[in-house]
Amino acid sequence: MSTLLRLATAGSVDDGKSTLVGRLLHDSKSVLVDQLDAVERVSRDRGLDTADLALLTDGLRAEREQGITIDVAYRYFATAERSFVLADCPGHVQYTRNTVTGSSTADALVLLVDARKGVLEQTRRHLAVAALMRVPHVVIAVNKIDLVAHSEEVFRTLAADVRAIATELGIPDAHAVPVSALVGDNVVDRSPNTPWYDGPSLLELLETLPADTDPVHESFRMPVQVVIRPQGAARSPEHVEYRGYAGQLASGSVQVGDEVVVHPSGLRSTVAGIDLGEQSLEVAVAPQSVTIRLTDDVDVSRGDLIASAADPVELRQEVTALACWLGDEPLRPGARLLVKHGSRTVLAMVRSIDGRLDLDSLRLAPAGELALNDIGRVTVRFAAPLPVEEYSTSRRGGAFLLIDPDDGRTLAAAMADALAPGEHPTSDPTSP
Amino acid sequence: MTKESTSVSTTSTGLPVLTQLDVLESEAMLVIREITAELERPVLLFSGGKDSVVMLHVAAKAFWPAPVPFPVLHVDTGHNFPEVLAYRDATVERLGLRLEVASVQDWIDDGRLRERADGTRNPLQTQPLLDAIARHRFDGVFGGGRRDEEKARAKERVVSLRDDFGQWDPKNQRPELWNIFNPRHRPGEHVRVFPLSNWTELDVWRYIEREDIELPGLYYAHDREVFERDGMLLAVGPYSQPRPGERVETRRVRYRTVGDMSCTGAVASDAASVADVVAEVAASTLTERGATRADDRISEAAMEDRKKEGYF
Repeated sequence: MSTLLRLATAGSVDDGKSTLVGRLLHDSKSVLVDQLDAVERVSRDRGLDTADLALLTDGLRAEREQGITIDVAYRYFATAERSFVLADCPGHVQYTRNTVTGSSTADALVLLVDARKGVLEQTRRHLAVAALMRVPHVVIAVNKIDLVAHSEEVFRTLAADVRAIATELGIPDAHAVPVSALVGDNVVDRSPNTPWYDGPSLLELLETLPADTDPVHESFRMPVQVVIRPQGAARSPEHVEYRGYAGQLASGSVQVGDEVVVHPSGLRSTVAGIDLGEQSLEVAVAPQSVTIRLTDDVDVSRGDLIASAADPVELRQEVTALACWLGDEPLRPGARLLVKHGSRTVLAMVRSIDGRLDLDSLRLAPAGELALNDIGRVTVRFAAPLPVEEYSTSRRGGAFLLIDPDDGRTLAAAMADALAPGEHPTSDPTSP
Repeated sequence: MTKESTSVSTTSTGLPVLTQLDVLESEAMLVIREITAELERPVLLFSGGKDSVVMLHVAAKAFWPAPVPFPVLHVDTGHNFPEVLAYRDATVERLGLRLEVASVQDWIDDGRLRERADGTRNPLQTQPLLDAIARHRFDGVFGGGRRDEEKARAKERVVSLRDDFGQWDPKNQRPELWNIFNPRHRPGEHVRVFPLSNWTELDVWRYIEREDIELPGLYYAHDREVFERDGMLLAVGPYSQPRPGERVETRRVRYRTVGDMSCTGAVASDAASVADVVAEVAASTLTERGATRADDRISEAAMEDRKKEGYF
């Protein structure tokens, strides 16, 4: 079990995300003296009585001026139980792309809801993004509980509302904790102000969430990033003939002697050696970066995928995917883009837009285009076949980017064969 | 001899369990290989400081047994510790690298830059750096920056786009999804790449310990003539002299960061070995920059302002 948990936060503007993160860092004693001094000094300069903990994360000038979070801030803290990487994501609708960014690598999403306001459109949007990106755990922090007189009824009702949406979206594991980021209720320590709540504090919960999301038990796949062939440049004479394929295991494990297949050529070979720098390994596991040597002189180049021969990947020239559109101009059918999957980039064409997610009903509605921040279903045809897997079985093998071929912008995050949050696995996602 | 670099513990199915350092190293290797493969002319910023030393160590591992396939660039303020320069040159020699130097002193000497009233040269590094990037047409610049260092750095993507003027626009950063990195850019633009983004100061030191990496001696406790200014211990040297009233004394000190001698402070320390330093960093109640960098105290947003202009 990993001791590192990757978190992302989400919530609407003014729900107190930055304050909560600041409180989490402060009360877990992860803020160092000089950082706190700086926050106290600035808070005093602004005429505040107490330190504004949001200043710990809102580090940009514009953020401080406007009192909002503009971009993802990454924070690192550790308790005796585990280490955390926390992506503090902005809540404003125009920055949904950053919530997508933060969620794509998260093991858990902490979603703030203002106890006074209840479920907002942004709450649904963020839950939909979490469901879509398959964030394994969702924790609802019902914030500002002190401003509703620590009401048990408000908490229960709100927690039930959010859980209902989570269930509808297919999120299996949603927890709720009543907190006050400003005062510190139930953030790190359990609060005497909520005697009716007998669950863990937010931090206690985060310390115990299972993080066994590493794809070690999936099938072996490794996109080849670089072919290492030093020849005359070898750092020692014995390596002049060296030929290895360097990459990071996207999933599974590989052992010396394993039979593998190289996609797209379909050539088969056997693992002769696994190198990590000067060190030789018998076995490598995801997400290790290694260099693999094969017994045969097969033609392998960057962009190829080395996979388990016992469980090869199906190559596909056309996939249906759910996409979060992040471009300023809308996506329309016929668009010519680049697709980056693993270490491979190919030309692609958007054949059709098959629906746009309506955030009220959480159903796909017919649509002719996708605008900024829309989530929709698209059918994409690749210029060359790619070993794209289903996102539901492989978060790595099923994810790809859509890129603007002219200026290189990342235009969409796409998940192959993914279901829209309101859809149920019984309906066939591949049927026309 | 490298120490054991993967964990010996195994799961119930007999597979090795990766440690946090294994995962961080693997991520850094992924980033370095990906950017090197996708760009034409990457370069690695190397100052002889611990973060750039670790980054270079990971890069050497990523391409072993082939040489590191890009040059290194040092932005030399002219106020460096002599032993750090010696270390830099020895490392470049050992790994067979090509070293480019962008010299702040040259820019001052020929009048393109003017010395600041406060004497610090850190903000003066931006122009020579951008000039070197343009002159060599570098399209990807690896830096050892970590997100835990500073609040503006905490906002930084692993792969960060810079415009024709080298500027960072924190309000309009490219989304970074899963671990699929996209360094594409228009001609004239370049990307800054931070493979150690997710490392903390303690991770860096634990890695130095695990991999048995040699560092310049000033990272370890030694006796040095220092004087106190703004709560920092500054070394007495050609670029930093005590003002009237500042008392010089010999103290047992070490450095947590090494940069421009005139604004990098030492900390009182008896930590003489890597293990001592790991223990000291784990127990410290001050951040690395808060303890030792005068230039970040210029304003609340000093780092952000410099980064927007093109600083690393």
